[in-house]
Amino acid sequence: MDLLHNLGIGLGVAFTTQNLAYAFCGALLGTLIGVLPGIGAVAAIALLLPATYALDTTPALILLAGVYYGAQYGGSTTAILVDVPGEPSALVTCLDGNQMARQGRAGVALSVAALGSFFAGCVGTIAIALVAPPLTELAFQFGPEEYFSLMVLGLVGAAVLTSGSLLKAIAMVLLGLLLAQVNAGMAAGTSPSGLVSVQSVRGISFVVLGIGVFVFAGLGHVCPGIGAHRGSGHRHHGPAQCADRACREPGGTRR
Amino acid sequence: MRIKSERDFWSGLVFVAVGVVFAIGATHYRMGPECAVQEPCAAGLHARWLQLSAQPGAGYFPFGLAILLAVVGAIVLFKSLTFESEGGDAIGAFAWRPLVAIVAAVAGFGALLEPFGLAATIPLLVVVASLAGDVPGWRAVLAQALVLTLGAWAFLIWGLKLPVPFASWFAG
Repeated sequence: MDLLHNLGIGLGVAFTTQNLAYAFCGALLGTLIGVLPGIGAVAAIALLLPATYALDTTPALILLAGVYYGAQYGGSTTAILVDVPGEPSALVTCLDGNQMARQGRAGVALSVAALGSFFAGCVGTIAIALVAPPLTELAFQFGPEEYFSLMVLGLVGAAVLTSGSLLKAIAMVLLGLLLAQVNAGMAAGTSPSGLVSVQSVRGISFVVLGIGVFVFAGLGHVCPGIGAHRGSGHRHHGPAQCADRACREPGGTRR
Repeated sequence: MRIKSERDFWSGLVFVAVGVVFAIGATHYRMGPECAVQEPCAAGLHARWLQLSAQPGAGYFPFGLAILLAVVGAIVLFKSLTFESEGGDAIGAFAWRPLVAIVAAVAGFGALLEPFGLAATIPLLVVVASLAGDVPGWRAVLAQALVLTLGAWAFLIWGLKLPVPFASWFAG
């Protein structure tokens, strides 16, 4: 089997002491970061991306893969123990995992989450390995028409799949397109006369925007016990419950 | 006039403002091709727009997008003033203190990193960020600043050998 053979080669590369150490470090860092509420897998990779500049390609990929899986899993820990999802994907874990913890079965919930994470990661990897070859064939046949259709699908999807008001979702898509317009104008070759820094020539990077929107915008709604409880007329909420409430509210913190 | 949905009102206002600013910015760029020959530019408005769409300049697409955004924002704004919403969609109080403190800390870190180096900016970052909430005391802040500075040195400079200035302030 070609697939098994190739997976064997991959495992051969991965099973060196050095690479396993990188995988361990990545998974550990990723889990630690994933535990922090508000910083998900993408943000974790973005934060640790500079750390990989000094590494070769293979260890860097292994490290970042470890970070990704760790961060995806790490969100479940706080979700189970304190009912605060470390990231959006841990929200469902919040619902049933925390109930188990309340019944004194936190250990069981944590191990189920870890095993589920491991199982899903393995199955996902094998699925990618199976589907990737025909997918690359398909990718070669991609022309301008297909890219255009894909972009239309993406933009329409972004507007439709957002929870909350459709009108505001469309406005946010337009805003995103507008922010993407900020660059040196590669096609037109014009220089941004009014813009000041070198950064603005290269445009607004997605990482910068993502951290700004998801992390900094959330700061105004953080409830560290110094006021700013969302909504009024409710009884006092502790920090954990408050953060939980903010994230359960559809479109509450990210709008 | 009463605001019937606070959230929609402010988000609509932001959309309109961003759209208008981008539209004004886009007018600094060419809308269409250079008018080498005066004749096509002197043609009627309709023909001018057709020509623009056939050969858009750098300002064409951003301008259109910005106008669209402003229009959609205006609709959101209009709805917020006319349609009744549950409980007025109150935005609630802002946690200004953590917002200002942490944004100031990070922005200051970014601005001062080049001239002063990590050894000066990380303690500054920690101290300013600690103003965001109730911290147990200045000892904890100092300890955290020390640990983070040493950690950053060990991780970034000693471990990964990144070209980040560490103590450019002290070294002159």
